[in-house]
Amino acid sequence: MSMSGAALQASAPAQERVPGGRSSLTRSRVRSAWIFVAPTLVVLALIAGWPLARTIWFSFTDASLNSLDDYQFIGFENYLANYDGEWLGLLTDPDWWHSVWNTVWFTGVSVSIETVLGTIVALILNASFPGRGLMRAVILIPWAIPTVVSARMWNWMLHDQFGVINDMLLRLGLIAAPITWTASPDTALWTVVMVDVWKTTPFMALLILAALQMLPGDIYEAAKVDGVHPVKVFFRVTLPLIRPALVVAVIFRALDALRVFDLIYVLTANSRDTMSMSVFARQQLVDFQEVGLGSAASTLIFLIIALLIVIAMAAGRVRPSGEAR
Amino acid sequence: MKILARIGFWLLVAGIGLFSIFPFYYAVISSFRSGNDLFSVAYLPERLDLSNYVAVFERQPFGTNILNSIVVAASVVALSLALGITAAYAFGRIRFRGRSLLLMTILAVSMFPQVAVLSGMFELIRGFGLYNTLPGLILANLMLTLPFTVWVLTTFMRELPKEIEEAAFVDGATPWIVVRRVFLPLMMPAAVTTGLLAFIVSWNEFLFALTFTLTNERRTVPPAIALMSGSTAYELPWGTIMAASVIVTLPIIALVLVFQRKIVAGLTAGAVKG
Amino acid sequence: MARLIASLALAAGLIASASASAVEIAISCSALGKEYEICKQGVDAWAARTGNTVKIVSTPNSATERLALYQQLLAAGAGDIDVFQIDVVWTGILADHLHDLTAKARGDIGGHLPAMAETSQVNGKVLAMPWFADAGLLYYRQDLLDKYKRPVPQTWADLTETARIIQEGERKDGKGDFWGYVWQGRAYEGLTTVALEWIASTNGGTIVDEKGEITVENPKAAEALKTAAGWVGTITPEGVLNYTEEEARGVFQAGNSAFMRNWPYAWALAQGADSSIKGKVGIAPLPKGGPDGRHVGTLGGQLLAVSKYSKNADAAIDLVMYLTGQEEQKRRAVQGSFNPTIVSLYGDADIARANPFIGELADVFSNAVARPASVTGQNYNKVSTEFFNTVHAVLSKRAQPEQALNRLDRDLKRIKRNGWQ
Repeated sequence: MSMSGAALQASAPAQERVPGGRSSLTRSRVRSAWIFVAPTLVVLALIAGWPLARTIWFSFTDASLNSLDDYQFIGFENYLANYDGEWLGLLTDPDWWHSVWNTVWFTGVSVSIETVLGTIVALILNASFPGRGLMRAVILIPWAIPTVVSARMWNWMLHDQFGVINDMLLRLGLIAAPITWTASPDTALWTVVMVDVWKTTPFMALLILAALQMLPGDIYEAAKVDGVHPVKVFFRVTLPLIRPALVVAVIFRALDALRVFDLIYVLTANSRDTMSMSVFARQQLVDFQEVGLGSAASTLIFLIIALLIVIAMAAGRVRPSGEAR
Repeated sequence: MKILARIGFWLLVAGIGLFSIFPFYYAVISSFRSGNDLFSVAYLPERLDLSNYVAVFERQPFGTNILNSIVVAASVVALSLALGITAAYAFGRIRFRGRSLLLMTILAVSMFPQVAVLSGMFELIRGFGLYNTLPGLILANLMLTLPFTVWVLTTFMRELPKEIEEAAFVDGATPWIVVRRVFLPLMMPAAVTTGLLAFIVSWNEFLFALTFTLTNERRTVPPAIALMSGSTAYELPWGTIMAASVIVTLPIIALVLVFQRKIVAGLTAGAVKG
Repeated sequence: MARLIASLALAAGLIASASASAVEIAISCSALGKEYEICKQGVDAWAARTGNTVKIVSTPNSATERLALYQQLLAAGAGDIDVFQIDVVWTGILADHLHDLTAKARGDIGGHLPAMAETSQVNGKVLAMPWFADAGLLYYRQDLLDKYKRPVPQTWADLTETARIIQEGERKDGKGDFWGYVWQGRAYEGLTTVALEWIASTNGGTIVDEKGEITVENPKAAEALKTAAGWVGTITPEGVLNYTEEEARGVFQAGNSAFMRNWPYAWALAQGADSSIKGKVGIAPLPKGGPDGRHVGTLGGQLLAVSKYSKNADAAIDLVMYLTGQEEQKRRAVQGSFNPTIVSLYGDADIARANPFIGELADVFSNAVARPASVTGQNYNKVSTEFFNTVHAVLSKRAQPEQALNRLDRDLKRIKRNGWQ
C-alpha cells in the first residue's frame, strides 16, 4: 500500500465530516464540480463527438471516400461476413491481425524501455549539478523536432550505404558490414522502436520529473539521516509516491504508441511486415477509399485500445477516479 | 568509491545527452551542406554556408508560418490549461457520481487514430466556417491536448495534501478562489510541464494542419516543411529541410530554458505558503 | 501591342460564355523551387491573356499526402481548388470528382503520347489533360563501361553480367562498398513501377490487361521476379528493399554503383556542378527481358484536371487547355526540362537544343507502358498495394515467385469480385 494511497483513504472520509452539515456542503461541492467540468466536456463533445460518432456509424456502412453521401447500412459486414460460404471481413483478415500484433509488440517493447529510461533521465535531471538547465533543454530536443522531419532524418541517417549510423558503428568496429536497418523485417521493427525511444523518452522523463518535483523534500532528508541506501530509497519511497503520475504517463504513452502512424509510415512505408493498426486504417480509408472498412478498422482500434487500457489499469490497481485499493 | 559514482553519473549524463542531441547536431551540420554532400558522412561542419537558411525564408512566408505555429500552439496551451485545471480540480478534489465514467470518456477521445477522425473533423471545421483559419486549427488541436492535460493535472491535483484546501474552506472561500489562490501556485510544476508538452504536441501537429489549411499564409510549420520540394517532384531538398527544422526547434529550446526553472521552483515556493 | 489586344480579344471570346467578368482560379501545382516558378510563369501568362487571376495552392511534395489531401477536399465537395495537378495513376481514383473534358479535348488528345492519352481517360471520357511525361530509365557509368570494355546492356542478363564484372573489379581496386545496380525497392508505389518494367520487358503483361483480365500469374513474370530477387545481396545492396528514388540516386551519384534505374530528373542532378560523377553518366532505355523481350519504361508524369465542384469550370478548363497546349509545353520543356506529352514536340529543334537527350527519351516514351490504373479505376491502389507487397516478399526472399504470384492472382480476383469499377 502506497503512502499516498493511505493518505487518500484516511482523508476521504474526513472530507465528509466537515462541520456545517454534510449534505448541503457536499451538494454545493458536487454542483461546483459539475460547473468546473462542464466547459471541458462541452468543448470535447463539440470537437470530438461528431467525428467519433461518424466514424463508428460509417463502420456499419459500405461508404466510399468517392461518394460519401451515397452509402448503405450493411450491419457488421465490414467486420465479419459470409460470402458464398467464405468468411470475409476485417476479423478474418490476416493482414489486419498481423498489424495488431505489430502494434501491440511495438507498444509493449517501446513503452517499457521508455518508462525505465525516462525514470533514469528524470532522476538525473532531478539531481542538482552544474548545467542542469541546459541538460533539460537538450533532453527535450528529440521531442521538439516535428515527427515529419525527424522520421525522415532518421531514415537518412539509417541509410545502409551513406548513413551516419552505419558509418559510426563501422568506425568504432562494432559491426563488420553495414546493417540494412529499415529494409529487412528482422531489424525494421527494432529500428522503429529505437527511433521511438529516442523521440518520446523526453515526454516520459518530463512528466516523471514533474512528479518528483512535487514530492515533499522532508522524506529524503529523513532517509538521508537514517543512512538508507539511495537505491532503496528510490524503490521504497520515491517509486510508490510517483506511481500515480507514472501510471498516467505510461497510459498516455501507450495510447500514442498504440496509434503509432507517421514513424512507421515514413521509415518503412506500407510494408506488410511492419504495418501498424493506424497504418492499416489509413490505407483502407485513404489509399483504398474504403471509408466503411477503414472506419471499422478504426473502431476496432478504439476497442482494442480501450480493452488494453482497462486491463492495464486493473493490473496496475488504478482507478480513473483515483481511489487506491 | 564516491569519485567512481561521480564519474559514472557524468558518463550517464554524457551518454544520454549525446543520444538526445546527436541527430539534432547532425541536422545542423546537414543544414550547412547541399547537393552532393548529402550523400556522404560528415561529423564536423566543413563550412558555415547559410544559403539554406536564406532559402527557407526567401521561397515561402516561413516567418508567417512560424508565427502561425506560435499563435496556434500558445492558444491551445492556454485553453487546455484553463479548461484542464478547472476540470482537474473537480475530478481530483471532489467526489461526485460518474466521475470515473467521465474520466474514461475523456480518455476514450484519445483512443481513435487521428486519420479516422480527420474526415469528420474536416466537415465540422467547414461547417463552422473555420476552414483555412487558425481558430479552426486551434479547435482541432484541442482534441489532441485536452484529454492528456485533464488527466495529468487531475493526477497531480489528487496528490496534493488535503489540509491545504480544508483550511481555505473553513475560511469561507469559494471553490473558484481555492483553485486560483491555493491550487494554481501549487500546481505550477505540473502545469508548466503539461503546458510544455501540449505546446510541443500542437507545434508538431501535421495532419490537421495540412488538411484544414489551404494557403501558404495560413500554414503552420510542419506542413510548410512538408511542402518544400526540390526542382522536381522526386528530388528532396535536404539542406533546406534541415535548415527549417533547426529553425523551428530553436523556439522550443528557448521555451524550455525559460520555463525549466518553473518546473523546479513550483513546489518549494508553494509548500512554504501551504 | 496589337497582338496583345488581339490575343486578349481572342481569349475574352473563349471565356465569354463562362463569365462576363474576370474570375479567380485556384490551381494546385508544385509547392516550391523550380517547378513552382515554371508553373507560375505559365499561369501568369494565361492570366495576362484572359484577364482572370490565378492563385497557386501549394500541395505536399509527397504523392501519397497530396492524393490524401485531394480526396479530402473532393469528398467534401469543396470547390477551393479548381484545377488539380494529378499523377498519371490517379485519374481512375478521382474520376467521380473530375469534370468531363471530352468536348473540349477531343481534338487535342490524339496528339499526345498514346500511353499518356490512355491514362487521361476513364470509360472513354477524357477527365484530365496530359501535362508532362516521365518514364523509367537506365543510368550507366560510361567511364566504367569503357574501363571494363563492356557495351551498354541490352538485356537484363547482360546487365547482371556487366554489373557483376564491374562490381568485382571495383571492389578489388579497394572500393569495398561498390555495387552493380541500384533501384527502388521499398514497399511503395515506386516498386510497382519498377517491377512492372521487369515483367513487361519479358512480355509478361501489365498485371491487369486493358480488358480488365488479371494476367500477372504467368511463367514470364515469375522468371522476371526470380531474376530480380537474385540481384538482391549480389549486385544490389539489400538496403534497396527500402530505397526510394533519392536513396538510389545517393548511392549512384556518390559513385558507388555502376547502374541505376531512375526517372529523368536524376540526369540534371548527376551532371550537376557538384556531382562526383559529372560527365561520366549515360542514359539508355531499360534492358529487354531476353532476346524477344522489349525495352520498357513505366510511364510516370502528371496531368491537369478540373474539379467538378469548381465554380468557374469554363475558365478552369480554358486554363488547363492552355497549360497543356503546344506552346506552353514547349516553353516548359525548354526552360524547365519537363518532358512534353505532345508527340510532335519531340522533333522540335529548340527543345532538342535545350535537352540533347530528348531523342532517346522519345523512344522511351513511345515504348512506355502504363500501369493498369485506368482499367482498375477505384481499385488501382489496392491492386498496386497487393502487387508491390508480393514483389517485396519475393525480393526479400520470404516467398517463391510462383507461389507468390499464385496468391497475388487469387487476391486480385477477390478485389475484382464485382468488377473493377
